[in-house]
Amino acid sequence: MSDAILMLETGVYFKGKIFGYEDEASGEVVFNTGIMGYEEILTDPSYKGQIVVMTYPHIGNYGITYYDFESNKPQVEGFVVHEFSKISSNWQAKHSIEKILKKYKIVCIEGVDTRALTKYIRDNGSMRGIISSKEKDLKALYKKVQQVPTIVGQDLVKKVSCKKEYKPFVKDALNEQVDAFPLNENIFFDFTKIPAKYKVVVIDCGCKFNILRWLRVVGCDLVVVPADTSFDKILSYSPDGIFLSNGPGDPEGVPYVFKTVERLISYSVSSNIYLPIFGICLGHQMIALALGGKTYKLKFGHHGINHPVKNLKTQQIEISSQNHNFAVEMEEVDGKLYVRGNRDLEVTHINLNDYSCEGLRHKRLPIFAVQYHPESAPGPNDSKYLFKEFIDLMDKKFRLSFA
Amino acid sequence: MPKRKDIKKILIIGSGPIIIGQACEFDYSGTQAIKVLKKEGYKVVLVNSNPATIMTDPEFADATYVEPLIPEILEKIIEKERPEALLSTLGGQTSLNLAVKLYDLGILEKYNVELIGAKVDAIRRGEDRRLFKETMSNAGLDLPKSGFAYNLSEAEQIAKEVGFPLIIRPSFTLGGTGSKIVFNEEEFIEAAKNALQSSMISEILIEEYLNGWKEYELEVMRDKKDNCVIVCSIENFDPMGVHTGDSITVAPAQTLTDKEYQRMRDMAFKCIRAVGVETGGSNIQFALNPNNGRIVIIEMNPRVSRSSALASKATGFPIAKIAALLAVGYTLDEIPNNITKKTPACFEPTIDYVVVKIPKFAFEKFKPVVQNGQIVDKSYQILGSQMKSIGEVMGIGRTFKEALQKAIRELEIARYGLGADDTAQEKLVERLMSLSDENIEKQEFLKMVEYNLRNPNCDRIFNIRYGLKLGMSVEQISEFSGIDKWFIYQIKEIVDMEEKLKRLTDVEKKQKEKLKEVIVEAKEYAFSDKQLSYLLKIDEKEIVNLRLKNNLLPNYKVVDTCAAEFEAYTPYFYSTYDGVLARNSFKIDNVYKTQDLNYFNETLSFTKSKNKVIVLGSGPNRIGQGIEFDYCCVHAVMAIKEEGLEAIMVNCNPETVSTDYDTADKLYFEPITFEDVFNIYKTEEIISKIDKTKLLGVVLQFGGQTPLNISLKLKSFGVKVLGTQPENIALAEDRELFAKVLQKLKLPYPAHGCAKSYKEAIKIVQQIGYPVILRPSYVLGGRAMEIIYDEISLKEYLSRLFDETEQYTSGPSNVVIIDKFLEDAVELDVDAVCDDKDVFIAGIMEHIEAAGVHSGDSACVIPPVSLTQQQINTILKYIKLLAKEIKVKGLMNLQLAIKDGIIYILEVNPRASRTVPYVSKSIGLPIAKIAMKVMLGYKLKDLLKKYNFSQEKIFNLGYSTVKEVVLPFQKFANVDIVLSPEMRSTGEVMGIDKNFPLAYSKSQFAAGSNIPLTGKILLSFNNRDKQKGLKIAKQLVDLGFQLIATPGTQEFLTKHNIPCQKVNKISEGRPNIVDIISNHEVVLVINTPTGKGRSFSDGFYIRRTATVNNIPVVTTIEAAKCIVDAIKELKKNYNILTQKINFDVLPLQKWY
Repeated sequence: MSDAILMLETGVYFKGKIFGYEDEASGEVVFNTGIMGYEEILTDPSYKGQIVVMTYPHIGNYGITYYDFESNKPQVEGFVVHEFSKISSNWQAKHSIEKILKKYKIVCIEGVDTRALTKYIRDNGSMRGIISSKEKDLKALYKKVQQVPTIVGQDLVKKVSCKKEYKPFVKDALNEQVDAFPLNENIFFDFTKIPAKYKVVVIDCGCKFNILRWLRVVGCDLVVVPADTSFDKILSYSPDGIFLSNGPGDPEGVPYVFKTVERLISYSVSSNIYLPIFGICLGHQMIALALGGKTYKLKFGHHGINHPVKNLKTQQIEISSQNHNFAVEMEEVDGKLYVRGNRDLEVTHINLNDYSCEGLRHKRLPIFAVQYHPESAPGPNDSKYLFKEFIDLMDKKFRLSFA
Repeated sequence: MPKRKDIKKILIIGSGPIIIGQACEFDYSGTQAIKVLKKEGYKVVLVNSNPATIMTDPEFADATYVEPLIPEILEKIIEKERPEALLSTLGGQTSLNLAVKLYDLGILEKYNVELIGAKVDAIRRGEDRRLFKETMSNAGLDLPKSGFAYNLSEAEQIAKEVGFPLIIRPSFTLGGTGSKIVFNEEEFIEAAKNALQSSMISEILIEEYLNGWKEYELEVMRDKKDNCVIVCSIENFDPMGVHTGDSITVAPAQTLTDKEYQRMRDMAFKCIRAVGVETGGSNIQFALNPNNGRIVIIEMNPRVSRSSALASKATGFPIAKIAALLAVGYTLDEIPNNITKKTPACFEPTIDYVVVKIPKFAFEKFKPVVQNGQIVDKSYQILGSQMKSIGEVMGIGRTFKEALQKAIRELEIARYGLGADDTAQEKLVERLMSLSDENIEKQEFLKMVEYNLRNPNCDRIFNIRYGLKLGMSVEQISEFSGIDKWFIYQIKEIVDMEEKLKRLTDVEKKQKEKLKEVIVEAKEYAFSDKQLSYLLKIDEKEIVNLRLKNNLLPNYKVVDTCAAEFEAYTPYFYSTYDGVLARNSFKIDNVYKTQDLNYFNETLSFTKSKNKVIVLGSGPNRIGQGIEFDYCCVHAVMAIKEEGLEAIMVNCNPETVSTDYDTADKLYFEPITFEDVFNIYKTEEIISKIDKTKLLGVVLQFGGQTPLNISLKLKSFGVKVLGTQPENIALAEDRELFAKVLQKLKLPYPAHGCAKSYKEAIKIVQQIGYPVILRPSYVLGGRAMEIIYDEISLKEYLSRLFDETEQYTSGPSNVVIIDKFLEDAVELDVDAVCDDKDVFIAGIMEHIEAAGVHSGDSACVIPPVSLTQQQINTILKYIKLLAKEIKVKGLMNLQLAIKDGIIYILEVNPRASRTVPYVSKSIGLPIAKIAMKVMLGYKLKDLLKKYNFSQEKIFNLGYSTVKEVVLPFQKFANVDIVLSPEMRSTGEVMGIDKNFPLAYSKSQFAAGSNIPLTGKILLSFNNRDKQKGLKIAKQLVDLGFQLIATPGTQEFLTKHNIPCQKVNKISEGRPNIVDIISNHEVVLVINTPTGKGRSFSDGFYIRRTATVNNIPVVTTIEAAKCIVDAIKELKKNYNILTQKINFDVLPLQKWY
């Protein structure tokens, strides 16, 4: 294996060995503190544009299962790991991690003191970086990293959103969309036998497969559409509900999405149409932006599976899966938390580590969203109830129309 | 929810003496709980019979009862203290069982005491296997196939249904006692019988044996609002079948996908909710079928456990402390995470390193049954479902490889890592490697390796390595051993690194940069300097110097619960060579400041601007060196802190209080070897320069033999040592030097000699005359120490030490020490503190057993019962002479024997002894603390004045304390229980009362043996003891007991007009002596052995059967006398109406 260097925009660098594909890769360097779940992390479209540092030192131990792919291929720009496992040990393992990384040309560096690197990013914020096995000259590499575009304002969604609509869990569509993972197969139970009662349009900003699985599990009949799908097109499906997916990058970088959301909401209000909307992660930010809220960039983001989130209604704690660099601004009024800019948007969940906004709900409209990942993958199953809440909202519509 | 205000006083029950399966982890958990509850303003009442614990220090709880953990005593305490609540989930199984008993007896209700943490129903659902199974299947959780049986025929029926192999587990026992894996009908019947007997409620579970399944554990916390979090996942290196306590375990889990892990997590939450553990921690064990991912629940502990202690140390999340806070009403989100300060405790720790726990065994202490020189049964060494280990170590490293090799180093088994260390076995393997695969010797060796992989023993990890070196594949080894191939592959990487190092050419070794790189690469796999020296053929000293010159000290990283996501404020460190090369070049501008280096070496930023003292701990618990030394270390730390200095602790035992990050100012969780300690010393020197303070030195004398073993080497490398200097310690440790000291001082000592060969030994024994006591030099706990009465035994003993060429074959030393054995002498232990001028005798302990029983196995009493004032004065004089000669500064322990009026010096240990905590608690003075302060330069005189204590006080205590030991014989089938010079006890208890017989009674109850007041007593004296036994027999008859005896003893007693029934010897037909004992027809057995208890004698079976059946056995005449006196005293205090003994209880705080 050849030597490689990870150079950060501040001129701090780490030497290591290249692993997987030999090339150069750049992006915003963020760290993830999850111990397991590297397969999901690699394939999570929200990591588009980012080089992910895994804080846990052994990565690849259980190989690649394919069951845990969260999109049709690895999405990270680069992967920084202390030590990759050279063998895979798990009954589900189909390939070694090395094989997959090579196949999908993911540039990785191992042998890095990832704890030192993590501490550096924690103190100095997430920043641009470049991994290279080609350029040995430090100064040249430093120059190169300055050329890497910052993530702020970029539209990364267009890189991961589906190119055309598809119906997941239906064979034909599947073959085109998913080349690696059979989406309709679940090793623990066959949810395709569950009746699909509610038509839901998923606006795909880089949607994780597990969201689709869970929406399907609770009874949604899904159609996934590209992020830039027009308002009219969406309505043409006569959906019972709209789902806004997760996705990479800066929410301000995709005005076409939150503007569509804004139109959907104002249309439903003006036409008195009951249209439940549920958003996760970027979807959460889209709703906030659509309704006059603001987002800001976190210093080094939240990437992990152990963050405590408090449900302000039940006062219960959920251990959550997190992956975001931006958050929705809040304000406190008379001891209650709202999304800054719109007092119709109540904050429903907060992060107990840094008291940032983790969930919102509209006071009168059937709209709610969370910043974290109830679909987990990877992460705990504490928040699966939110999918049920979405169904309950759509259920209400049934009750209205048949009353 | 804020804390409860309706509770003011909380009772905590400790876990009693250290036994296999329940060690000092509960001292750690209990101490944490007491500290935090007191801080919250509650009054805390503690009951624990174990004086060696930190928690029983009078300064912790408000009222500290060192009393037997039996319901009668607990009722007295509850009646006196009137606590509103009982917290029983922090004192192990002992505390939980006792709480249930108190509930069942109606005592809790009577005094209106609320159980907090876990209620009785939940405890039952967790502990009772039947209820547990029901609860789990009702909650929809998968379990192994199984059935319950209450008698043999039911058992056989179930076995048929489930099919072999099976595992049999008795309900309500401890440490897996009595559970067994069986593969056929015959084995099954015997095991089922034993299990039915060992269960407290005669209930056994017969279960599908999950052969080769993988084992996992999760540590769960739950609060009143039903918030649940997982603190830590643990993967067992060993497959199902090896008790978790005996397994090498790894945190976090390594080979689970996230979805598998999350399924396990969901099951854990369902489990804790279904069992109904209201608040606190639980440990839940799972098995996973490696072929299809099926996960079943194996068991749960509705309390803090050994694994919780490990999980706390592995993650930095203080489970016991949080559990105590949850029990009084707080919720997880209300408790801050101490490490990050800013984030709450309701999160799941994530770690960025690997932790490996390895258990420590003491098989060498339990001789197998030998017949005609052949070992009959070695199966006691094979690891199974019954826990056999007595301690553990934890290695922390950035990778599994680093953690594993560090942990092996910590074990103190004379290995410096995973092999590559110049041992005999190592040379054999090297030689076999060069032979062809057809070679018979090589094939035989490989067969043995395969056997050892299939039948795991404590050396399995080395067998994996031998297999790899001799050409076995990773898959093969995994198949033989059932160990996941990921782990085997990691070990292979270590072995490959060895080969790489060996192949390094002389030219390459001369290239400085290359050598540097190779060393760091090997160091990242935790190769020790010793191993490097062996592999690179470079002198160890040269490697150390090379590292120093090239700035190759390790980095120290923080255990911070959050993988560096948040800033950590707790100085809890482990070393790693990760980032050692990087820290010198990672900035393009090449300008480095201290804060830049902190990214790599985090210890640099934890400066306190105080002068520093490093305290070395005692490593893993083992027989002869356990919790007592941790107690001393903790006191040393407390003393250092009291003096405004920075206390830096080094230790590697996850069970202890000393490795709580709250104890010292700075904790290095590291091996206590020369290399690791020296690295810390050098690093602290650097820090001293940064914060402009002084590194005062290293404290060696509190950690038992462990730090002493490296003391001379540390000093030779310029390390400052506080207290008695290493060369002076050697004066006492080295028998030959010590003999010279005694000669010079003209002090009496038993005739003595040192032999370096078989012949020399025979000659010396002939000069001295039998009986003699033999042992190899430099040992602790009387390792391989024996009393020899005749030539045959002598030759047998010596042939075990020397081979035909007169080469010493076992152990590190090459000398056998021979002393005249003083038969029937009274033995004494003395602990003293000395400064340059004065000597303070803290305690003179008179042994109850005569000389010949290891001091660690003998019961003893303070104050002594048979010494004259003149004798005491003589002892005082001797000690002063010795202290001055050896230049003792700090603690000193002496062992003396009195025979025919002469006081002999047997041994001097210029360090803390096992008895320091017992003595401290007996006299009410923290002598370890005082010793530490003496070492810091304070005058003994002033310190005693400060504590308002005088030498006279210890002779006028006005009460008596007795230390009794507990022995692990129940866990080892086929070993004799006779006490000998080889120490085998695992723990101790203390009885305290107004006179010796009462204190002795309490010590017996506390040690788990019942002193009977009526019934039949079995007597069997050896010829030497018959005369003395006569008086005892007479007294027993007067006290209303019936006697039965073996023919010889019976004849003797009848001749002297003592009524006594005869019982058959084993060879004389049934019912025989064993039947009588098995049927519980006797309440006490007094059997004094004939001196050689190694064959299958009647005595052996008598003692074994009684032990298995939990009938008290007395094996010495002296102990029998004490029992008689105790019975007399108890009878005086017996209340016929309530049928209870009227014990008096008093907290330590009131005795002093």
